[in-house]
Amino acid sequence: METTPCDLRWPAGGATRVPYRVFSDPAIYQMEQEKIFRGPIWHYLCLTVEVKNPGDIRTTWIGDTPIIVTRDENGELHGMVNRCAHKGALVCLKERDNKKSLTCVYHAWNYKLDGQLRGVAFQKGVKGKGGMPEDFDVSKHRLQPIRVSVVAGIVFGTFSDEAPPLEEFLGDRITAFLKRNMDHPLKILGTHSQMIHNNWKLYAENVRDSYHATLLHTFYTTFKVNRLDMDGGIILSEKKWHHISYSKRATLDAAAEYTSAEVHSAKYSSELDGPQLLQAWDGFDDQITHSIQTIFPTLVSQLTLNSLAVRFVVPRGVDKTELYWIFLGYETDTPEQEKMRVMQANLTGAAGLVALEDGCINSFVQRGTRGSDDKASFIEMGGKLAESNESSRATEAAVRGFWHGYQTIMGFHE
Amino acid sequence: MSSNADQIADFLERYCHTLDDGLFEDWSAYFEEDASYLVTTRQNVEANMPIGIVLCEGRGMMDDRIKALRIANIFENHTHRHVVGRPLIEPKPDGQCAVRSSFVIYRTMHTGQTEVFATGRYDDVLKPGPQGWRIAQRRVVLDSRMVDTLMVYPL
Repeated sequence: METTPCDLRWPAGGATRVPYRVFSDPAIYQMEQEKIFRGPIWHYLCLTVEVKNPGDIRTTWIGDTPIIVTRDENGELHGMVNRCAHKGALVCLKERDNKKSLTCVYHAWNYKLDGQLRGVAFQKGVKGKGGMPEDFDVSKHRLQPIRVSVVAGIVFGTFSDEAPPLEEFLGDRITAFLKRNMDHPLKILGTHSQMIHNNWKLYAENVRDSYHATLLHTFYTTFKVNRLDMDGGIILSEKKWHHISYSKRATLDAAAEYTSAEVHSAKYSSELDGPQLLQAWDGFDDQITHSIQTIFPTLVSQLTLNSLAVRFVVPRGVDKTELYWIFLGYETDTPEQEKMRVMQANLTGAAGLVALEDGCINSFVQRGTRGSDDKASFIEMGGKLAESNESSRATEAAVRGFWHGYQTIMGFHE
Repeated sequence: MSSNADQIADFLERYCHTLDDGLFEDWSAYFEEDASYLVTTRQNVEANMPIGIVLCEGRGMMDDRIKALRIANIFENHTHRHVVGRPLIEPKPDGQCAVRSSFVIYRTMHTGQTEVFATGRYDDVLKPGPQGWRIAQRRVVLDSRMVDTLMVYPL
């Protein structure tokens, strides 16, 4: 008999131990679809700049479920499942579109931009024959709606009526930092995606793992990039599910920085033959030069020097995950600033000089843990708790925060 | 004396063999000193987006990429095999040529698995010189917006 997911007992040690079974068990994957992706959690859908105009349509996913985001003729945003109320076919096929209404290609069922059914083909039959029964009522059919909410230019959605208001879900510090980076007139500068061969949670863990950064990713040290921004810390959200990891320019240099907002490539002197890679400017006056922020479960926002991007992962099965990269600038950027963002995009993405290892490291874990369902990882760097640490990033606190959230929402107990 | 078309076709083939033989240190020599090399996707090109997946401006940045993959970046052993189509050549008044060619790149992993890694086209500007043709601009336009993990070798 197949085991059921509910029989998983979390090993003693709470968030410091993660049973490897959660990375490979299809039953747990299914349970995550229900508890996390269709549960009381807000999920990244798209950016408001992608659905700016009335009639704009963006398709995406929450977990396995295909989703449509629209902006209607009154400027209102809507989210709904991309599944026709008739036979269940996809209604929108393109990633981006602009239409006055939504029509399923199968039998031409036609919906308003808010998902309400407008009419069906041959409702009265053809030449008086066939047609829907007398009691058929278009107002009783629609695309399944989901709640949507916007923070800092990001559209989130949830299936659940029980999800708290979005800003409460994010918490104050997470919301504030997201606004710092994203609450500007955003401009998409490029997108691509990357298939990674691991369970989605391994990426969620990896991106919260500040312990590995300088050990696995050696680009900066190899090229002796002289970084003055090594002070940093980790901030966990109130519920510990989300986090911010940041590094700061040494305070010593701050005074000089305030006096001139000039390009600081000289601060990154290195053995690079193409030092223009690291030309940068100070976009903010808080001395934070590198930051990465996670929103449980699948969203990441990065500001690596001036390279602003959102990343999100979509699970494509228990051992496959699609990682989307959306590189951003601000409408207010000068051409020189945009150029620097374009160059710095080399640092991350599917071929990122600083971070490409993350594409394969998670698959090493996926493969390494195969056949070891009854074993667990050991996550105690920086202690056993999931607490903020604003003096060091040599900690796995944010990883523990993720697993704390995961255990809570999945209802896995020791 | 072979025609420009033959010379260009040979030049593009040699580029592929250099990469497929793993002679990455020789890669940047196919380019002009200030050449640009961009890997992007069809989707980005159509949307007029400046950020793709890799951008090198000048041979220095190309050499940095190679040094990075030799000594900094971690990835599993694999090889590429390029197959390029017949180049379409449009001579320009200044002696340079705009050249477009299709490619397929197969990737063979250390596990023995071979699969199509990328398909797309090269949009090149080639410049004649005393040492023959050199690339002044290469835009590698991938058909897919999705890259299978991971991209580290030049395309």
